[in-house]
Order: sequence, then structure tokens, then C-alpha cells
Amino acid sequence: MKPFAYLRPATVEEAVRARATHPGSAFLGGGTNLVDLMKLGVSGPELLIDVGRLPLDRIEELPDGGLRIGATVRNSDLAAAPAVRERYPVLSQALLAGASGQLRNAATTGGNLLQRTRCLYFQDVSVPCNKRRPGSGCPAVEGVHRDLAVLGHSAHCVATQPSDMAVALAALDAAVEVTGPDGDRTVPVTAFHRLPGEHPERDTVLEPGELITAVRLPPPRPLAHGHYRKARDRASYAFALVSVAALLEVRDGVVHHAALAYGGLAPRPWRAAAAEEALRGAPATADAFGRAADAELSAARPLRDNGFKVELARRLTVSVLARLAARHR
Amino acid sequence: MESTAPPPDAAGPPPGATRSTVTLHVNGVPHRLTLDHRTTALDALRNHLGLTGTKKGCDHGQCGACTVLVDGRRANSCLLLAVTLDGSALTTVEGLADAEGLHPLQTAFVERDAFQCGYCTPGQLCSAAGVLQEAADGHPCHVTPDTAQPGAPVELTAEEIRERMSGNLCRCGAYPRIVEAIGDATAHPAAPPVPHAVHGLGAVSVHERREAAS
Repeated sequence: MKPFAYLRPATVEEAVRARATHPGSAFLGGGTNLVDLMKLGVSGPELLIDVGRLPLDRIEELPDGGLRIGATVRNSDLAAAPAVRERYPVLSQALLAGASGQLRNAATTGGNLLQRTRCLYFQDVSVPCNKRRPGSGCPAVEGVHRDLAVLGHSAHCVATQPSDMAVALAALDAAVEVTGPDGDRTVPVTAFHRLPGEHPERDTVLEPGELITAVRLPPPRPLAHGHYRKARDRASYAFALVSVAALLEVRDGVVHHAALAYGGLAPRPWRAAAAEEALRGAPATADAFGRAADAELSAARPLRDNGFKVELARRLTVSVLARLAARHR
Repeated sequence: MESTAPPPDAAGPPPGATRSTVTLHVNGVPHRLTLDHRTTALDALRNHLGLTGTKKGCDHGQCGACTVLVDGRRANSCLLLAVTLDGSALTTVEGLADAEGLHPLQTAFVERDAFQCGYCTPGQLCSAAGVLQEAADGHPCHVTPDTAQPGAPVELTAEEIRERMSGNLCRCGAYPRIVEAIGDATAHPAAPPVPHAVHGLGAVSVHERREAAS
């Protein structure tokens, strides 16, 4: 690991100012990913700006019935918060499907959104990687890519975004509040992570120096049920091969509202707009759910060894939606 | 994280310095250490304080051998930079027992023979201590039923224990006995906490440091 200076600002303003004046600096949240990347030599900031203790650790009720989750709220605390368990169970379930108890105690809400891909080639500095070293190439396209992308990837990068939390947030239409040298702005979670295109080195739309301060959840739809389901190689403590976050509202046997997002398939949490369109007004049956999944997954472009993800995603979709529909009977 | 955390010491390291002085309260004893910023909590414990009970397994947050309690909550000490923990209270395997004897988890691990080589055991014990507290505090896990009352203590069934302990690997495969031992400890009347939380100690340490500086 390279030597680095360390700063623990007391305020958001101080943190943003420090980041703006030190181009080689990086924000540190819980450190569960960044510290590891520094050990691996993937990241080597000259200055760490520790934002993990900033006073952004509250979950606030919003006047519209939504929630505002501070950026330093720990993953375990967010998953356990009664307001989240009661009104946004899909978010609590997604958080608890990720990592381990130890890691969730350390990981922050903001840091979870900014975690980097676990693609083997990205984490190994002895091999090329366009995300780590732009223009060096992508060995994953022809290499070990069983757990990588089938949607949204490019010839330059086939990495997946690893967060479970972000998949639930995408289905919930959450928004990310950021602040930076040019002021505050809000970005929908679905537009927060970038598709790689020719610039896989940029994971998100954050500008240099911008800091996540909160995640905002809109009020829950009172009649919708939600569920998160994750398929992985082990029963626990593994990244998703495919995961599905779904919200479903059925009236008189017909889908009134559906929100669907996939994890493990793409460089960002994949909001399934085509599937949702197919579901709207459709009968709440397994056949209709399968057709909706097909509408989304027909765009998939699997690599040599990850075509199984498409069928897995289809089956998970049908299974999760059927489960939610059963709760409306 | 406590929003009331004290501001950084005004007399902190000069800009650009790559070392800082921090106070870590380890098993109830304050230690002032001047450390390279790259030092993890794990290396501070083992190499600077001689507390080698905490083990280095993968050093990447994947095996759980380095698990300690930080302000009462379990964490992978290999992924925590010591400089970020100034004022925090750490409990390691050396701090689980008290004057009364072994912690109920330690007794249960011995009685159930819940280890073979023992390398992962300190991490298993500290992680299990965290699990007991989390369940008592009503924290759910991946297998907790949706119907569970938010905030109510969670009963630690074998399924709950397996899921909650999934961040601790045991290459000898002692899992069945580990699950049984933790189950035994939950039934123990004096079961849970380890020297709990200690949230105010940060302020104390800063106070001490300011006195020392003045």
C-alpha cells in the first residue's frame, strides 16, 4: 500500500473543500472496499478524507411520507430500521442478502453505492483492465467471465455492479443526494451508475469532488408488496449471480403496478422498463410474468460462459412475481 | 457511527503527514500509539500491542479470522485503518473472559469441541459475541421471517446462527459444533454481552489527549 495522509473533517463543507484542493485524494466511508483496493494496489490515494464519522447518520421521515437515509448510516442499521422493515422490506432484504454481519456493520450507505466491481481482472494489477487502466484491454471478454454482465456491457468492459442495496433502491425509485464544489444536486439511482461504453473507468455520474450525503426514498405505495431474491454460488456471503428486486400491486387479478430491477446482470442495477411495460394491465399469472421477463431479457448478449444467467433471471422473475401475486389473493 | 463523535484533534497531524497518534481502548485499557496510516487495526493489535489472539487469515475481509468488536459491534479488523478508530473501544478474544472466568461462548466452544486447529476460533468467538448482541437488539438477518416484529429480540435458531456466522470461515469444517456451541451460549442466563459498547469513551480519550497536550 502506498503511504497517504489522513484527514477527518468535522463537516460536509470541510470534506468537500479538502477534496477540491487535493486532486489525489479520496473519500473514505466504512473502508470495506476501498481499504481492500488500496491493499491490492488498485487504488492509491495520496490523502484519505475520512467521511465515515460525518453527522450524516440519521434516517429521517420526510413530509411526503418518504425517508431520507444519511450517507453514513451503516448497512446493518439501515436493514434493521423499523421504518425500512415495515415500509420498504425489499430494501432491508437486499441489504441482508449482501456481504457478512461484520461488513454490514462497517459499510455505509454512500460507500455501498460507490463500491467497485469484483471482476477478477479489475482487482489484479498484473493484468490489463480498461476500468483500472483505460486503453489496456479487457481480458474478461475471452477469460473468466461466468459472473459478469449480459446486459449493458461494451466491448471495453463486461464488469457487473456488485451492490445488492442498489438493486432495491433502483426498484424503489430512490434518489441520491450529492454535494460538491458546484453545489447540491439529486440523481435518480437508476441514472447514478454509468454504462461503460468507451469509458469504463467511470463507474458513476459523480463529478470529481462530489460527495454523497443521503439517499431519498419516495413514499411507499401502500398496496404494493416487495421482495428481493438473490441467486448465488453459496447460500450466504457471496455476490449475486442474478438478483431480482420486485414491487407488485395486483387489483382483481390484474397487474396495476410493477417495478422490477436486476442485480448481477449489468454494469448498473438494471431497471427492467420493458418488463414493467409488459406487466402493466397483464393478468397476474406465471405465463404473463414469463413473457414480461422475456421482453426484458431478449436484449441480453451473454458471453461464452454466462448464458445461464438469462434463464436464471427469467425463472427468478417468475418465482418472485408469483410469490408477490399470491399475497394479493 | 455516533453523530456526537468528537471533532478531530485541533492539534492533529500536519498536512501531508503519513503517521498519526491515536488512542485505542483495547479490552478496557487505553493505548496511545503513533502509527503509519496504512496500519490496520489488526496489525496494530498484533504487531504494536502484542495481542496476537486476533488472527490474520485472508487479510481481505473474506474469512472473518480477524473479527473483533469495535464499540460493541463486530467488524473485520483487517479492513479498518487504525487511524480511523481514534477513541474507539476494541474487544479482542483476550478481552472476552473476565475475573469470573471464561465468557459463556468460550465455555460452550470448549464443551462442544467447536474447533479443530483453532486458527479461526478467536474470530468465531468475537463474531458470535456480536451475533448475540445483534439478536438481542432485534437486528434481523437474511433468514429472519418477514413476519418478525421489527425491533423485537430475534431467537437464534440453528438456521439464524448459520446465516449470521457466514462471514467466519472454518477450513477444518467445525461448523456443526460451532453452531451448537453458540446455541448453548444463547441459552446461558448470563449470555450476551461482552463489555458493551462504551460509546462515550471517544470523548474521554479526546479529553485525556487535550490534557496531555496542554
